[in-house]
Amino acid sequence: MDPELIKDCVHCGFCLPSCPTYVLWGEEMDSPRGRIHLMSQHVEGTPITPEMAGHFDACLGCMACVTACPSGVQYDRLIEQTRAEVEREHVREPRERAVRGLVFGLFPYPRRLRALRPTLGLARRLQPLLERAHPSLGAMIALAPVPGRRQRLPGRVRAVGERRAVVGMLTGCVQNEFFPQVNAATARVLAMEGCEVVIPPHQGCCGALSVHSGRDDQARRFAKRTIRTFERAGVDTVVVNAAGCGSSMKEYAELLADSPEWAGRARALRTVDLAEWLAELGPVAERHPLPVTVAYHDACHLAHAQGIRAQPRELLRGVPGLSLRDIPESDLCCGSAGTYNIFEPSAARDLGDRKAERVRSTGAQLLVSANPGCTMQIAAAMRRAGGEIRVAHTAEILDASLRGVSPSFLDAAGGKPRS
Amino acid sequence: MLAELIGRLGEVLEPEAVITDPVRLRTYECDGLTYHRATPGVAVLPENAEQVAGVIRLCNEYGVPFVARGSGTGLSGGALPRTDGVLIVTSKMRAIVEIDLPNRRAVVEPGVTNLAITEAVRDQGYYYAPDPSSQQVCSIGGNVAENSGGAHCLKYGFTVNHVEACEIVTPDGDIVTLDRADPGYDLLGAFIGSEGTLGVTTKVTVRLSRTPEAVTTVLAAFENIEQGGEAVSAIIAAGILPAAIEMMDALAIAAAEAAVACRYPENAGAVLIVELDGPSAEVERQFALLSQICSKAFELRVAEDPAERAAIWRGRKSAFAAVGRISPAYIVQDGVVPRTSLPEVLAGIDSLSREHGIKVANVFHAGDGNLHPLVLFDDTEPGAGERAEIVSGRILDLCIEHGGSITGEHGVGVDKARYMPRMFTDADLDTMQLVRCAFDPRGLSNPGKIFPTPRLCGEVPGVRKGVHPLVESGKAEQF
Ligand SMILES: Cc1cc2nc3c(=O)[nH]c(=O)nc-3n(C[C@H](O)[C@H](O)[C@H](O)COP(=O)(O)OP(=O)(O)OC[C@H]3O[C@@H](n4cnc5c(N)ncnc54)[C@H](O)[C@@H]3O)c2cc1C
Ligand code: SF4
Ligand code: SF4
Repeated sequence: MDPELIKDCVHCGFCLPSCPTYVLWGEEMDSPRGRIHLMSQHVEGTPITPEMAGHFDACLGCMACVTACPSGVQYDRLIEQTRAEVEREHVREPRERAVRGLVFGLFPYPRRLRALRPTLGLARRLQPLLERAHPSLGAMIALAPVPGRRQRLPGRVRAVGERRAVVGMLTGCVQNEFFPQVNAATARVLAMEGCEVVIPPHQGCCGALSVHSGRDDQARRFAKRTIRTFERAGVDTVVVNAAGCGSSMKEYAELLADSPEWAGRARALRTVDLAEWLAELGPVAERHPLPVTVAYHDACHLAHAQGIRAQPRELLRGVPGLSLRDIPESDLCCGSAGTYNIFEPSAARDLGDRKAERVRSTGAQLLVSANPGCTMQIAAAMRRAGGEIRVAHTAEILDASLRGVSPSFLDAAGGKPRS
Repeated sequence: MLAELIGRLGEVLEPEAVITDPVRLRTYECDGLTYHRATPGVAVLPENAEQVAGVIRLCNEYGVPFVARGSGTGLSGGALPRTDGVLIVTSKMRAIVEIDLPNRRAVVEPGVTNLAITEAVRDQGYYYAPDPSSQQVCSIGGNVAENSGGAHCLKYGFTVNHVEACEIVTPDGDIVTLDRADPGYDLLGAFIGSEGTLGVTTKVTVRLSRTPEAVTTVLAAFENIEQGGEAVSAIIAAGILPAAIEMMDALAIAAAEAAVACRYPENAGAVLIVELDGPSAEVERQFALLSQICSKAFELRVAEDPAERAAIWRGRKSAFAAVGRISPAYIVQDGVVPRTSLPEVLAGIDSLSREHGIKVANVFHAGDGNLHPLVLFDDTEPGAGERAEIVSGRILDLCIEHGGSITGEHGVGVDKARYMPRMFTDADLDTMQLVRCAFDPRGLSNPGKIFPTPRLCGEVPGVRKGVHPLVESGKAEQF
């Protein structure tokens, strides 16, 4: 942990009310200021105790504190360094280690995820048993969505009309396996807005999950592979539709800072979020009406980590007939946060319930965000409370409007687990 | 003593509400003034007044001191824990108990943040008027303890003008309500601003104000601070009472710019933020006057909508925390001077700064002469901290010399206790102690704060020898 980064914190506490765990528990140790204090204790020589590690593990990595901090504390970098330190120094309980090993040996590997798909039905039936074995396993199963029908994407999609740009597209591991329809919609929208889309096959994981969990070496391996893949594809801009992946890719240069060569290659590749890119490009394709009330949810890795709030709203408002509602407390994380709902199921659940209540208060028919993990999490919480909401990715809304079709997510409740 | 007390906390609190792990405890070692640190003997997170009272009764039983803490944003070390005591943290007591719009009141628990009150009633056209810059995080319990103010206190007054009643746990563990409407002594008035030394607040009844019909916010940029100061005097002389008049100097502007890119006019030696509010016609009239008065300003920016207003305020509200961007360490000073001495005092601060080679950024509530000089230093440079301390202390001397005060709104805490004798005579201080003793005869409630050396209250160390002059002359009685 870099003491210089820690020193930037002036202990003013402005970040406290933005922090989901502080909002839940009201304890200093589970606030950004408290966690930074724990980091400084460690830097001054206190070993990582299980209590200390627990407070770091409880951090969602939502980066709301980075947005809130007037002193420019780089908490994102601090917590990444801390997690890596915890992984190196802190010996976890064997049961905990086993579950972490399982998750990190699974999620970032599309082929392993695919192999798992047929077993999900069985796992669901075994859920109570798994839950008893380890709450994290139960949470993992409860959250697994019904995989969408597999759609094979072509390697290259031609621009419709005049070609305005050539871009690469990241397919992402979880997105690709569980939400292939979002990738298909993204490719179509880009093409209809005049982009030639290059989609390299076998992309693999971008490393986001590994960075956010302190698995630095794994992260660096994945980052290099991703950079190489897009270099070979001959693009200098990569469009990403998953908020978590986009924010990590934007930080490749820092992750690879040890190697000037790789850092340079990372900088040469521009990562943009889909909404950011489309807003920058400006609309050309015709928008068809979509009469629906939408609540837009700010995914933390889009709003806090990438500062992208206005663009998706602007795009949604551009759809005729669509009425956009703001969700109160929109800055607060829904508790999904990558692997958080797997490792910290009870906090994730409380945050999900809180968010679900706020979403319900908007009266919207459809919940839209740039991160399927969030929408799944919120939809599950709404079901727990006896409600129901349909969910979609921003790309799917634009796709439906551009093509002028009645989208499937308006007919059926999305993301409902098979029972 | 403490160990025995800790053993019995389970009678009052859930196990998770008692923090004894040393690593976790240390996160509570300081408030917003990190200069003073002490790890609490134990920290507790009660959820209601009964639990607070239970803890305080145990403290009485064992003669253990206790310190209340809200959000820990205080800037005078008021919530500095005692290593031999209990830290009572109110951050789990954050329910809004009741909102009574017809009577314009709200009842809230002490851990509720200042801004949360406004957010709860904003849509109905109301707000809670005192607005410290830390309003999104500081607790109402802390505001009551510090009698906090903010930019808009020029027109609307401090916390004391907006609190109707407080439920408190007295230092001997009774739950009582102090209500402004009660006949007899204004005990509520004595309690507000007592910095946690007269008991712990467990519920606050605040007054809600109507959102003004019109608000106009003006940003005026001047070439130098003197021109800004003249404008302030002229505004007041013209009989305008703005909701706020805030001033920032070039260094403070640079910090805010670095932190939040507030885009204040370039090359400004000083900016004034003047906010006019009230009925539309009145605001228009005042604005016309104000534009004339600010004729020396090289740029006058007027906010037309809430977004633009927020943009103007953003720089000012972030200023304290933002100096972290331009200096590794700093001291936030808080002093008051009569408005008319502003130019002299500012010149004095400037020469102190030169003399000691320590930069000072100035942010202040210019309307009521409340200065917040930010004394900047590099804590890795040998001797810099000491020099900053000297400059910071001398600024307070300047304030006193000009007939002002050593604190406007951040309180005395531990940090300024040693300056109290410069402002008050022994007799003054002893009189204050008598009030303290009436509430807290054993000196258990936040001891070591406000007063340089504890005196008078029976059991406290350093007891004054002999009878207090006021007692002797029959003007006061000792409890
Ligand atoms: C960046 C920044 C800007 C600030 N701007 C302003 C400003 O504009 N105006 C202003 O007035 N202040 C300002 N402050 C100071 C601070 O925010 C206020 O003093 C605030 O009221 C403290 O509230 P808190 O909840 O953080 O209290 P704490 O810091 O936790 O405690 C402050 C004092 O109150 C006592 N206390 C807390 N809760 C209770 C309770 N329930 N019962 C009894 N005693 C209690 C504590 O013992 C302590 O003495 C600022 C601070 C920062 C860091
Ligand atoms: S990243 Fe999110 S959860 Fe972690 S400390 Fe910051 S605000 Fe809290
Ligand atoms: S992280 Fe930033 S906002 Fe939070 S206490 Fe530190 S300086 Fe203040």
